Amino acid sequence: MRALAWHGKHDVRMDTVPDPEILNPRDAIIKITSTAICGSDLHLYDNYIPTMQAGDILGHEFMGEVVETGPKSTLKKGQRVVVPFTIACGSCYHCGKHQYSACDNGLPADNQDIAQTIYGQPMSGLFGYSHMTGGYAGGQAEYVRVPFSDVGPIVIPDGVDDDKVLFLSDILPTGWQAAEYAEIEPGDTVAVWGCGPVGLFAVQSAFLMGAERVIAIDHFPKRLELARKFGAETINFEESAVYEALMEMTGGIGPDAVIDAVGLEAHGLFVDNIVDQIKASTFLGTDRTHSIRQAIIACRKGGRVSMPAVYGGFVDKFPLGAFMEKGLTLKTGQTHVQHYMPALLNAIMEEKIDTTFLISHRMDLEDAPKAYDMFKNDQNNVTKVVLKPGLGR
Amino acid sequence: MANEFATTDDAPLTASKDKHAAEQAGQTLIEPKGDSLVGRAVTINRPAAELFAYWRDFSNLASFMENVVSIDTLDAKRSHWVVKAPAGKTVEWNAVVTDEAENSFIAWASEEGADVPNSGRIDFREAGARGTVVTATINYDPPMGVVGKVIAKLFQREPAIQARRDLRRFKQLMETGEIATAAFTQEQLDEERN
Ligand SMILES: NC(=O)c1ccc[n+]([C@@H]2O[C@H](COP(=O)([O-])OP(=O)(O)OC[C@H]3O[C@@H](n4cnc5c(N)ncnc54)[C@H](O)[C@@H]3O)[C@@H](O)[C@H]2O)c1
Ligand SMILES: [Zn+2]
Ligand SMILES: [Zn+2]
Repeated sequence: MRALAWHGKHDVRMDTVPDPEILNPRDAIIKITSTAICGSDLHLYDNYIPTMQAGDILGHEFMGEVVETGPKSTLKKGQRVVVPFTIACGSCYHCGKHQYSACDNGLPADNQDIAQTIYGQPMSGLFGYSHMTGGYAGGQAEYVRVPFSDVGPIVIPDGVDDDKVLFLSDILPTGWQAAEYAEIEPGDTVAVWGCGPVGLFAVQSAFLMGAERVIAIDHFPKRLELARKFGAETINFEESAVYEALMEMTGGIGPDAVIDAVGLEAHGLFVDNIVDQIKASTFLGTDRTHSIRQAIIACRKGGRVSMPAVYGGFVDKFPLGAFMEKGLTLKTGQTHVQHYMPALLNAIMEEKIDTTFLISHRMDLEDAPKAYDMFKNDQNNVTKVVLKPGLGR
Repeated sequence: MANEFATTDDAPLTASKDKHAAEQAGQTLIEPKGDSLVGRAVTINRPAAELFAYWRDFSNLASFMENVVSIDTLDAKRSHWVVKAPAGKTVEWNAVVTDEAENSFIAWASEEGADVPNSGRIDFREAGARGTVVTATINYDPPMGVVGKVIAKLFQREPAIQARRDLRRFKQLMETGEIATAAFTQEQLDEERN
């Protein structure tokens, strides 16, 4: 089959590789119909994530048709499914608590060593996201092997278009969980750093959860415009000083809750950011963290910090003092996708949530390398690329 | 004369920083077989009786112990083990169950003439809603002493690494009915498991 493989920094290629096979009883093989490129994939593209190997197949946002099932799979051939990016067993203690991204059994036993060493305990597996998260082949391909297919994938009713439900695989639940973690109370003002897909879904979710005001921060006018469509006020950090603007817009109080939807590749010519960038590029090993620092400083006393943004290692100059003195609460983590999927599918079916506004480009899977380049270099115009095998044929 | 061994905490012996910990374990926990002591605990979301029964049938162990080539049952208490070692070699020994209590623990020791003298115990402790805490404690004498241990580590055949990974695979098998793999094709999987 054809698949998008990582070969190094800014080097991804369409390769011909063997078709995946059923290997465990609960497996299913899915024929991909739609798969998206994620902001997290850019971290791989830019080579910020360790333990990648040449030839690794990328992609963790995908859906398709069931073409083969293991004896313990509950799926049926021909069903259309969206697959969560977190690989979770459904039977361990953490899965029992719906903490799917903390599943004990999603990672192969040998791969668990890396995460156990760095994080203290191993996490769940992820599709197409380095060997630290299992080394599972991803879904930017014609076919994918899906472990634990009896608990992960959600079956999509006929007649519902791929574009409406594809984002159930990651970014919609991620934006929703981010807003939930902000513990929004009626009358709250919520500030969101980053108007990428995650930030935009967080904006939408925050309003649905009762936020009175949402303030969205980015530097791409088109992305800010999308946030404004959902009713957010905006700050362009290239035109305005973010802290000063937030303080004034909230009457000197600061936002009640702040959401960091940027992550380890924060842009901008801030002094701390440049230092981080130099350190990261000289392998002095720090995650670039401008947005989370700014969010903590701006947050009101006793407020909540929600951090869907991905960080992998250690950070410098984390404002621990401000965090402690102001008595803030921080909630974060990879998304427990399986937990949110059913309710969010309903919300989509009932047209309470629209996801299609996000898609700026639909391209053939064969054009994936070009799509990565566009997504990396023209974020103003490219909000989300959906790849479809065979689209151009 | 036995060394003085006293602690002021409740941490397990296997976490001790004292170089006499292995010796102490040999007096209180398991048969003394060497100066390397390894301990690992894992919580498995299944009843103790089920886990004990699976483990006590030693022929089952090869299904999740990656380095085991074969385990042949000799009689109710004795079994013959063939285990992979670094550089394509294998090591062998006879193991005998020295003590056990149903659904609670199994203790074993290698017999005279073992390539790698070893002993250990596996404890199953009910943990209510979380299932069962399974703790492995292993005492062994690495072949060629410290150098052998370093080589084994390089080849990932060090008992500490193996115990950790084997327990994870045991947990996966008991909780999910399968052992997780990121392999893509049957060919890759077979390569991985060899
Ligand atoms: N927790 C999870 O499970 C999970 C799941 C998916 C994505 N993520 C993470 O969420 C983050 C966002 O994902 P995305 O797909 O929306 O990414 P994206 O790259 O499309 O969007 C990030 C946005 O942040 C903006 N930005 C950069 N620097 C900024 C700054 N200093 N202040 C304000 N905005 C800034 C960028 O202009 C961009 O629009 C990433 O870190 C991604 O890895 C986490
Ligand atoms: Zn994603
Ligand atoms: Zn689990």
